[in-house]
Amino acid sequence: MSAILEVEHLSATINGQLVVEDVSFSVPGTGVTAVLGRNGVGKTSTMKAVMGLIGRAGRVEFDGHRIDREDTHRIVRRGIGYVPEDREVFAGLTVAENLRLAERDAKPRRELVEQLFPDLVRRAGQRAGTLSGGQQQMLSLARALLNTNRLLLVDEPTKGLAPKIVTEVAEALEEAARTVPILLVEQNLPVIERLAHDVVVIDAGTVVHTGDARSLLDDEEAVHRLLGVHAETTPAPEGAK
Amino acid sequence: MSTVVLLLVTGLGLGALYFLVASGLSLIYGLMGVLNFAHGVFLSLGAFIGWEVARRLDPSTWTGFLLAMVIGALAGAAVAALTELLLIRPLYNRHIEQVLVTVGLGLVGVALFEGFWGTDAIFISGPAWMAQTTEIAGARIPNNRFLAIAVAAAVLAALVLFLKHTRYGLIIRAGVENRSMVTALGIDVRRSFTLVFSIGGAAAGLGGVLASQYYGYVSAHLGQTLLIFAFIVTVIGGLGSLGGAAVAAVLVAIPQQLANYYLNGVGDLVAVLALAVVLLVRPSGLMGAKAA
Repeated sequence: MSAILEVEHLSATINGQLVVEDVSFSVPGTGVTAVLGRNGVGKTSTMKAVMGLIGRAGRVEFDGHRIDREDTHRIVRRGIGYVPEDREVFAGLTVAENLRLAERDAKPRRELVEQLFPDLVRRAGQRAGTLSGGQQQMLSLARALLNTNRLLLVDEPTKGLAPKIVTEVAEALEEAARTVPILLVEQNLPVIERLAHDVVVIDAGTVVHTGDARSLLDDEEAVHRLLGVHAETTPAPEGAK
Repeated sequence: MSTVVLLLVTGLGLGALYFLVASGLSLIYGLMGVLNFAHGVFLSLGAFIGWEVARRLDPSTWTGFLLAMVIGALAGAAVAALTELLLIRPLYNRHIEQVLVTVGLGLVGVALFEGFWGTDAIFISGPAWMAQTTEIAGARIPNNRFLAIAVAAAVLAALVLFLKHTRYGLIIRAGVENRSMVTALGIDVRRSFTLVFSIGGAAAGLGGVLASQYYGYVSAHLGQTLLIFAFIVTVIGGLGSLGGAAVAAVLVAIPQQLANYYLNGVGDLVAVLALAVVLLVRPSGLMGAKAA
C-alpha cells in the first residue's frame, strides 16, 4: 500500500521553542493511523506542523507533492481536512454559518453530514459557542467531512467527552474512514483499538515506535512503557471490538 | 433643557465621527491584529480630496457635497488598500514592525498634507442647509450634526448587512475570532485583509468629509486628532467588535460634550478616564471580540 503522506525529519517550533525534534513516519492510503504518546510529547505540534500552522522544517510529502513550504490554506485545498484539538469552532457564528464557511467543494457533502450528525441540522441556527462539548466536536468533524478530502488529520476528537459521545464520535470516524484515510491523535486506547490499523508513537518530540496497532495494544508491557498507561484502564466505547 | 438637548445631539454627531474612524480600526485589529496608527491619514485625505472636489464643482450645491463624500470615501479606500498591499502585507505576522510602519505613515501623511495644503486650517463651506439649524425642544442644532448621525447609522447598517449576509463577511467574522482556523478550512484569509483595510479606509474618508463640515475646516491634523478618540472608542467597545465601536462611540462622545460644557472643558479627560475604567473592569471591552 503506497503512502498518502510521508513525513521525514520533521521538526517544529512554537515561539522559537523546539517542540518536535525529528519525526519521520508515513500514512497509508487507507484506514486509520493513530499517533500516540504521553501528554506533551509533540503529537498536536506534529499535526500542526504538517498543516503549516506552526514553524516547521523537514520534508512533508502529500500524494507525491511537497507541502512543507506551502501555506495552510493551500495544503487544505490539496485535500487534507483538519479537525483540531479543542474543536476550535467559531463560537460567535451559528452552526449553519460554521458549516457554510467550511464548504470549499462545488458540491459539498451536506447529506452525509446530515446523516452522521442529525443534531446539527436541528441546531443550525444556534450559536456554536452555546453547544455542548460533544456537539462542538460533531461540528468540528462535520466541517472536515463536508468536503471530499484525500486525508483527514483529526486531533484528540474524544478529549473531555462523555462515554456516550465518545462512542458517537468513534462511529462517525469509523464511517469516514471507509472513504478517506485518517491520521488520528488519540489518548483513548479503546477508541484506538476500534479504529486504528497502524500506530506511530511519539516521545520527547521524536518517533519511538511505528507498526501495527493490534500488536502494540496486545503488548501490555509496551503500552505501559511507551504510553505510560495500562491498556485496560480506559473504559471502552460502546461497540468497541 | 435646550442646552442639554444641544449637547446630546452634538455629542451624537461627534460619536458618529468617532464611529466612522473606529469601525475600520476595530475590524482591522480584530482580523489582522494590526493597530493602524495611519488611519487618521485616510480621514484627512478624504477630507482634503472631498474639499477639492466640492470647491471645483461648487461647494454650496448638494451635487458637489455628495460627490465630495463619494470621492473622499473612494480616496480613503484606495490609499488604505495600497497601504495594506505595499506596507502591511510584506510584514505579515510581524506585528511590531507593522505598528511602526503605520506610525511612520501617519507622520509622513501629515507632513505631506502640510506640504500640499499648507499648515493652516482651510475653512470650508457646504450646502446652505448644513450651516442652518433645526430647533428641537428649544435647542437650535446645526444640521450637519444630523447628517453625520444619519451617515454613520447608514454605514453601521451597511457593514452589519455585509458581515452577516456575504461570504466575505462570514470570513471576516470568523477571522476576527480565530484567524488560523479560517486558513485551516482552506481559506486564504489574507485576501480579506485588503478588503477590510479598504472598508476601513472608505469609512474614514467619508468621516473626513463629514468631520470637515462638523468642524468647519480641513487641516492636516484633523485625522490624527480624531484618531486618538477613535482608539479610545475601539478599546472601550472591544477590539474587533463593530457593535461595540458603535455603542462606545456614543458613550465616549456624549459625556465628553457634557463635561466640556459643564466641567470647564475636561471632556478629553473624561474620555481617557472612561478608557482607564474599562481597561480595569473589563479589559476585553464592552462587547468582547466579535465582529458584529
